[in-house]
Amino acid sequence: MPLDKAAVAHIATLARIRLFESELEPLADELSHILTWVEQLNEVDTTGVAPMASAAAASLPLREDAVSDGGCRNAILGNAPNAARGFFTVPKVVE
Amino acid sequence: MSDPALLALNLAEARDGLARKLFSARELTAAYNDAVAEAKPLNAYITPTPEHALAMAEAADRRLARGEALPLDGIPVAVKDLFCTRDIPTTAGSRILDGFRPPYESAVTDKLWQAGAVMLGKTNLDEFGMGSSNMTSWYGPVENPWRRPGDNRPLVPGGSSGGSAVAVAAHAALAASGTDTGGSIRQPASFCGIVGLKPTYGRCSRWGVVAFASSLDHPGPMARTVRDVAIMLGAMAGHDPRDSTSAPVAIPDFEAALDGNIEGLRVGIPREYRVDGMPGEIEALWKQGVGWLREAGAEPVEISLPMTKYALPAYYIIALAEASSNLARYDGVRFGLRVEGASLEEMYELTRAAGFGAEVRRRVLIGTYVLSAGYYDAYYLKAQRVRTLIARDFARAFERVDCILTPTAPSAAFAIGEMSSDPIEMYLNDVFTVPANLAGVPAVSVPAGVSGDGLPLGLQITGRAFDEQTVLRVAEVLERTAQFRHLPGFVAGGRA
Repeated sequence: MPLDKAAVAHIATLARIRLFESELEPLADELSHILTWVEQLNEVDTTGVAPMASAAAASLPLREDAVSDGGCRNAILGNAPNAARGFFTVPKVVE
Repeated sequence: MSDPALLALNLAEARDGLARKLFSARELTAAYNDAVAEAKPLNAYITPTPEHALAMAEAADRRLARGEALPLDGIPVAVKDLFCTRDIPTTAGSRILDGFRPPYESAVTDKLWQAGAVMLGKTNLDEFGMGSSNMTSWYGPVENPWRRPGDNRPLVPGGSSGGSAVAVAAHAALAASGTDTGGSIRQPASFCGIVGLKPTYGRCSRWGVVAFASSLDHPGPMARTVRDVAIMLGAMAGHDPRDSTSAPVAIPDFEAALDGNIEGLRVGIPREYRVDGMPGEIEALWKQGVGWLREAGAEPVEISLPMTKYALPAYYIIALAEASSNLARYDGVRFGLRVEGASLEEMYELTRAAGFGAEVRRRVLIGTYVLSAGYYDAYYLKAQRVRTLIARDFARAFERVDCILTPTAPSAAFAIGEMSSDPIEMYLNDVFTVPANLAGVPAVSVPAGVSGDGLPLGLQITGRAFDEQTVLRVAEVLERTAQFRHLPGFVAGGRA
């Protein structure tokens, strides 16, 4: 399905990627081109075919319900672009 | 031994030389550190780690002296910069991981170091593994050490594990780790004239590998010979409870499987592995490969994998959907790049716009779209249903044959600029490699010949799940018969 500029802007908002107005038109063309190409899958009859999510065994393994990790706050915060008093910091979200 | 002589040894030969004390791990590693520096113009490494390498080599020498050698003791290897390495920058080829130093070690690299291997450095790649030419890295393109005779234009190494492939091909590493989501080990192996194996899904743990598409990502080895790849796989494989898709299966002796005996083995030749515009010489090499295996006692069987043409579009929907979800973690809060904004939302949007390159942005946008309300069934679920049919194609084929022989890629290495700007044309590079990722079955690329303009071409052998032994056994026969002895125009230490 061809995408227009508004659709691309909406997708970019969902994906949390800021786009310049000038990028919307070329991206709409590129993405529409790729989506048209993948739509060839509609030629395949998949009636009654179950979707495959993974090549791994269908059931997930269970482990013992016990603490297996933790106690490494400094190691985790060590990569934060901005941390203070043992926390990640972000711009103010509550006025 | 002189540096060029040391660098010309393959992994198995270097292992034997170390065991016989012909040279020390320190000497071997020093030669490779020099090789990494000499190969710098190819841009194969993002972060060389020469001092780290020497310290690891000295530890290996101490074990070798005590007669307590580990399986890969003193073997210098390169690591694709998608594997997290403790305290060493890990970039995924992306600006968004700027400054990231993992506080942990990936399962596969940890296993390599536990086996005594020496880390030479982290290799360049397409950003997050998203590419088939190594042109999308924030750290610049990687150059193939091969050139067309009489033509000075640099060629791409393939991708996304292009830095790893180039390091091995240019004698700037004995072997390397790679990852393969849609061909990212096998296609660059084919373009650079080396061997690359995508193991069975679940054979090698994904824990600590920067995620692109979790149901399709496969860590695996790249090296100069099939034997070397078998040795590497033995060290990299194994169950890991930290990866819920890691398979709790025993690790066979992959090297011991290389007994050269393929008598009576049934080799499938799928009639669908042909695309428009594929050079006749690739078709001819494929036929030659069939002939070689027949002479070695195998029985070629024509088979059909009717869903082949739909593998690529199904792959792109699934891979991009998973990527959009996996890459949601890059938000400027916990690690990597952060671009400040007036609000939290603005910080997210500006960080991701600045941190992701054009191809990654394109893929995240498509992935977001196919998962969004109203389109999920039409795109994502449809692709997953087609994936079932592709896996069924393989399952049916493997009722009749023991492995499948095809070309690895529809072309040899190309020059930057020879490819149009149409992303789909680039995606078509992976047309023969993505089916194995969707089905999760093992596949290896072996250099089998050269194109009319002197560039390496690989053939691919695909096998049953968890039967890497057959895949490697056939690959070794093919390698021996093909007698691929060509070297790229550039090798560190010079061509002997």
